Amino acid sequence: MTSTLLDAASVRERRRRPAPSGGPDRVFRIVLRLAGVAVLVLMSLVGAFLLNKAISALQVAGWSFLTTEKWEPDAGEFGIAAVLTGTLLIAGVAITIAVPLATGMALYVSEYAPRRIRRFLVGLIDLMAAVPSVVYGLWGFKFLQGHVIGLARWISTYFGWIPIFKVDGSDPRDPLATETVYTSSTFIAGMVVALMVAPVICSIMRESFSQAPIGEREGAYALGATRWGMVRSVILPFGRGGMIGGTMLGLGRALGETIAVYLIISPVFVIQPHVLQNGANSVSALIALRYGESTAMALSALMAAGVALFVLTLIVNFAAGSIVARSRSGAESDS
Amino acid sequence: MMGAPVHEERRNTATLRSEDVLAALGAGVAAICLTVLIFHWIAPFSGLLGFIVVAFGMFLALYAALLWLDGNGPAVRDRLMSAVVHGLAALLLIALIFVVTFTVGSGLKALVHLNFFTQDLTHAGPLAPLTEGGALHAVVGTLEQIGMALAVTVPLGLLCALFLSETRGGFTRFVRTIVEAMTALPSIVAGLFIYATVVLLLHAPKSGFAASLAIGVMMLPIMVRAADVVLRLVPGPLKEASLALGASRWQTVRHVVLPTARPGLATAIILATARGIGETSPVLLTAGYATALNADPFHDPQASLPLATFTLIKSPQDGDVARGYGTAAVLLALVLLLFIIARLIGGRGPLDLSARQRRARDRASARDVARFAQRRPAAYPSAPLSSAVQPGAPVREEEQ
Repeated sequence: MTSTLLDAASVRERRRRPAPSGGPDRVFRIVLRLAGVAVLVLMSLVGAFLLNKAISALQVAGWSFLTTEKWEPDAGEFGIAAVLTGTLLIAGVAITIAVPLATGMALYVSEYAPRRIRRFLVGLIDLMAAVPSVVYGLWGFKFLQGHVIGLARWISTYFGWIPIFKVDGSDPRDPLATETVYTSSTFIAGMVVALMVAPVICSIMRESFSQAPIGEREGAYALGATRWGMVRSVILPFGRGGMIGGTMLGLGRALGETIAVYLIISPVFVIQPHVLQNGANSVSALIALRYGESTAMALSALMAAGVALFVLTLIVNFAAGSIVARSRSGAESDS
Repeated sequence: MMGAPVHEERRNTATLRSEDVLAALGAGVAAICLTVLIFHWIAPFSGLLGFIVVAFGMFLALYAALLWLDGNGPAVRDRLMSAVVHGLAALLLIALIFVVTFTVGSGLKALVHLNFFTQDLTHAGPLAPLTEGGALHAVVGTLEQIGMALAVTVPLGLLCALFLSETRGGFTRFVRTIVEAMTALPSIVAGLFIYATVVLLLHAPKSGFAASLAIGVMMLPIMVRAADVVLRLVPGPLKEASLALGASRWQTVRHVVLPTARPGLATAIILATARGIGETSPVLLTAGYATALNADPFHDPQASLPLATFTLIKSPQDGDVARGYGTAAVLLALVLLLFIIARLIGGRGPLDLSARQRRARDRASARDVARFAQRRPAAYPSAPLSSAVQPGAPVREEEQ
């Protein structure tokens, strides 16, 4: 050892970069790189094509694309003001309902549930996250639609003074009033999407809750905390990153959901802020509804709407990814 | 305070006290009665869901009031939050299980007839009884479409994931960023892309092939990302040990990385498949819909399970609606099957081998030992033969 340390200069001379091994290894590296390039090209192609088509539509619509409510591409009058607001409202209702349910479920699984059924519950939640969206849509369309009218009417009757719960054309004093004003609403679509994204949110939250360090948990108990005291002072602060990240990933899924929304809503092309009232819309439902239109302009306009939705989900997903990653790296546990 | 010794009573440390049970029961009964009162006289209402929500709210308020009578602040809060958490969990669980059982239960009407699995809907119109016609065309379409999508995405996705995990540098980071961005692509936009390029630009008809392309575009980034996460979990020292023993990158990947990550990779692929199999929106735009069995995915519209569900369920006829439930139940069963397979494979750790795998490994190492014994005298004439054979000896005995 000492001799090699002494004549370091000669060592430096003799040190050489290991040549990349040839033969099969070289083929392997080339194949890997080709696969990477292929996926990159494919994904860029999708993005570039959509963007290219979208830009040709945006050139026609200009800035009014963001403020127009109508969707008449062949007349040159189209915009995403109505559909984008509808998408955000549906996703908002979904997240408002899903987050408390998912938080409760995640806390139950990680803290309250008996150890025996814990593994089973984790598997069940993961399975529910894999249930196809058309099944949720089916249930919302055939079952919930008919059974939620009572709740919607009750909310609008007693909380109608809050603008968002107002329903035009309803008269609670008239027993024979039609109930159709309460069907096909943002609220019902939001409830279905909520059930769809709740398992996704829940499984991410549960994972981050279960990573709370055991030392802090026992420390809280040793200081005399009740179970809720421990949850509030240890589990929730440690799991905050997972809670926010999971919520945003769920939001991303809720924004892009098509079939369940398409089955339930009756599309309108005005900004409809009354969530309980018949008539709603979303970007993805708009695409599913109008893709058959044959003119190139109509298709470009749909692409532009799709790109707008994609940009929205992209921002939400990246924010969620960075928040979840930061919470996992232990950045919050050393305070 | 420091006077005569007080006789201490042993504290009850049980977590469940009879008072709590009684308080919860009392609050529950009172909440139900109050809610009935409210619903029938004070603020007329109908619907089970609202009843449950209002009753649960009532229960919490009454329970809090009861606990407040004999508890201190933290204890009351603890019990109350425990009730809230249990209630929310039960609500979500019941709702989710209800969604599934509702679908399967309604589908049973169609599923009990065996012809549901052996016929298509060519001759069975909406008014035909359930003893005629079935979902064979949708099952065949789904299997063909997902099969073709997997044939492209599995090799490409795994190779790309290997590229991401085995190489470093700016280009790798760039590819990873793009792939992560594309996981956010809404599935309907993927469908729209294939519709605009394949169907409109290339004038290919709506077909199972176009649908499988759309599913593939949607599934590829999901699979790459999941596989990349799994591959990066392979311990670094394991790879370094292999490289230090003189193995090339390819040999390391082939003999160390892939076997270690195999269960995780299988899970990643299967879960991406479950996601792809259930997506309706890309198929809606690209596959068309046919009531007849069409085994040729390259020509003419082809149905699939989610698309058939979506189409049939909108029909005004009860027969078709029942068939729609049936196809949804079949789809659920398929997803459940995939999920169970993923659990069975993924449940086993990388080094936790089955008896059969262990025997295969023993055989392989015995072969290696034999090979070493054969080669060593020629390559290293000075090395003693006995030491080369020694480590493998026990394995050999096991073999015989």
